[in-house]
Amino acid sequence: MSQGFIEFWQTMYRNKKAFSGLIILALFIFMAIFGPMMKALDMTVNFEGRYMSPSFAHWLGTDYGGRDTFLQLVYGSRDVLSIGLIAALFTLVLGFVIGALSGFAGGKTDTVLMFITNLFLTVPSFPVLMIVAALVQIKNPVMFSFILAAWSWAPLARAIRSQLLSLKNREFIIACRIMGLKTPYILFREILPNLTPYLAINFIMAAQGAIVASVGLMMLGLAPYSPTNWGMMIQLAVQNTGGIFNPKGYIYLISPIMCLGLFQMACIFFSNGLEEALNPRLRS
Amino acid sequence: MSLKGVLKRIAVSLITVFLAMLLTFFLLRMTPGSAIDTWARDYATQRGMSLDEAYRQITAMINYNPKEPLFAQLGRYLGGLMHGNLGMSMIYQNVSVNEIIANALPWTLFVLSVSLIISFLIGINLGAMMAFKRKTILDPIISIYAILTSSVPNFIVGILLLVIFSFQFGWFPVNGAYDPIVDPGFNFPFLLNVLYHGALPILTYVITTIGTWALTMKGSAVNVLGEDYIIAASIRGVSERTLMNRYVKRNAMLPLITTLAVSFGFMLGGSPLIENVFSYPGMGYYIGQATQQRDYTLMQGLLLVTSLAVILANLASDLIYAKLDPRVKLEEG
Repeated sequence: MSQGFIEFWQTMYRNKKAFSGLIILALFIFMAIFGPMMKALDMTVNFEGRYMSPSFAHWLGTDYGGRDTFLQLVYGSRDVLSIGLIAALFTLVLGFVIGALSGFAGGKTDTVLMFITNLFLTVPSFPVLMIVAALVQIKNPVMFSFILAAWSWAPLARAIRSQLLSLKNREFIIACRIMGLKTPYILFREILPNLTPYLAINFIMAAQGAIVASVGLMMLGLAPYSPTNWGMMIQLAVQNTGGIFNPKGYIYLISPIMCLGLFQMACIFFSNGLEEALNPRLRS
Repeated sequence: MSLKGVLKRIAVSLITVFLAMLLTFFLLRMTPGSAIDTWARDYATQRGMSLDEAYRQITAMINYNPKEPLFAQLGRYLGGLMHGNLGMSMIYQNVSVNEIIANALPWTLFVLSVSLIISFLIGINLGAMMAFKRKTILDPIISIYAILTSSVPNFIVGILLLVIFSFQFGWFPVNGAYDPIVDPGFNFPFLLNVLYHGALPILTYVITTIGTWALTMKGSAVNVLGEDYIIAASIRGVSERTLMNRYVKRNAMLPLITTLAVSFGFMLGGSPLIENVFSYPGMGYYIGQATQQRDYTLMQGLLLVTSLAVILANLASDLIYAKLDPRVKLEEG
C-alpha cells in the first residue's frame, strides 16, 4: 500500500499538468475551509463605497453595493465547493449502485434498470433541472447537490455496468460466487476496489459538471439562496445591472468567472493526471 | 442492416417517447393547485363568469384537472397530446404552447444548424490536420484551446462576448432575433438583420464546440492512419493530399456523424443559458421564462418537445451510422 502510494505521488509529481491542477485544487479547498475564518464578510449596502478599485483594504475592489468582491469570492467558494463535492458523492453512489446491480444481476433487473437509465440519458438534463428548481425551493447546498445528482448518474451507471459485465466473469468473482458470498459483499468488497481508479476520475468529473450546472441554475435565478455563490455573483452582475452596463463593475463580473474557469481547468488537469497515475497502461 | 434491428430500435424509441410523456405528465401534476385557483379567479372576474365555469374552461385549456382521479387526468393529458395539443400558456395570455413553440423553434433551428455546420467543418479539418502533421505547433495550440474552452462554460463565453461586443463596442445588438423595423419575410434586409442578431449566439456555440470536434476527429483520424489500407495507399504513391481528403478524412468522419446527429437533437431544445444571455427568443429562452415565471404548461410542453427531439436524433444517428458503416450490425448493443 505505502509503496503504491509513493509511486502514485511520484507519477503525479512528474506529470506537470496534474501537479499544477492538484495545487490549484488544494488552494481552492484551503480557501473554502479557512478563508471565511480570516475575516468577516459584511453584506450591508454601503452606497458611498461602491465600485471602488482594487486597493490593500479591498483586494479586488467593491461591488455595486460597496461590498468587498474578494471576500465574497472566498465565502462563495465554500458553497460552490461543497455543492461540487456532495453532488459528486451522490452521483457516484447512485451510478455505482445502479450500474453494478444492473450488470451483476443481469436478466430482468438489468433490462428494467437500463431502461430507466436510458430514459435519464435521453431527457435533456438541464431543462429538467431548471424545472425541478422552479418546483422545489432550493434552500441549501445539500438539497441542491441531491437534485443535481439525481439527473447526472445515468452515464456513469451505464459505464459501470459495462465494466461489470467484463469483471463478473473473471475467476476471482466466480470463486466468490461459488463460495456463496452475498451480492452486496461481492459488489462492495471485491468489485468496488477494482473500480476505484475509474470512480476517482469520475468523481472529479462529476464535481466539475455539478458546479457548472449549479452556476448555470443560479445564473438563471432559480436557486437564489446564497448571494456569494459565484453563479449568483454572475447573475447579480449580469441581470441586476451590477457590472455589465458599467465598466467600473467589470471586476465584480470577471472575478467569479476567472475563479470558475481556473477551478474547472484544475479539475481537467488533475483528472487527466489521475488517469495516467492510476492506469499503468497509459504511463509511458 | 436487418429489418429486425431497425424495428427493434423504433420500438425502443416509441417506449421511450411514452415514458417521456409520463414524465412530463407527472411534472404537470406538481403544479400547485393554488396556481390554477388563482388563475380561475382572475379569469372569472375578467370575463364576468362564474368561478366554476372559469375553472372548467381553464382545465379544458391546459388539459389538466387536479380534482379528477389520477387515471382520468392521465387519459385527458395523453388524449390532448394525441391531438397535438399541449395546452394554453399560463403567463402569455391567450397564447397556446403550440404557438410559442412554433415561434421559437425556427430561431433555435437557425442558430443551431448554422453554428453546428461551421464548427463541425472547421473542427474536422483541424483534427485531420493535427493527426497528419503530428510534430507541428498546431497540435499543442488546439489542445490548449480545447482545454480552455471546456473549462469555461459556454454561457460564460456568451456573457463575455456580450459585454465586449455589445456593451463595450456596441457592434452587436443586445437582444431579440431581428429589429422591428425590418419586414419579416424572404427579403435581403430581413435575412441580413437576422444574421446580425444571431451572430453572437452562433459565435458562442462555435467557439465552445470547435475544440471538442477537433480533438475527437484527431483521435479518430489517428486510428484510421494506423490501418493497413492507408499504408498500402501511401506505398502505392497516392499523394498526401488525396490520402488525407479521400482516405483518412472520410473514414475518420464516420463516428463523428453519429455525434453530430445526437448533438443536433440535444441542442434543439436550445441552450437555455446561451439564449437567455442574449435574450434570443428560441426554445431555451422560453424554457427559462417559463421556469422563472412558473408557467407549468409551457414548461412541460417545451420539455416534451425537447425530449422528442433527442429521442428522434438518437434513433436517426443509429440508423444513419448503420447505413454509412456496413461493419456495424444493428442487432448488437
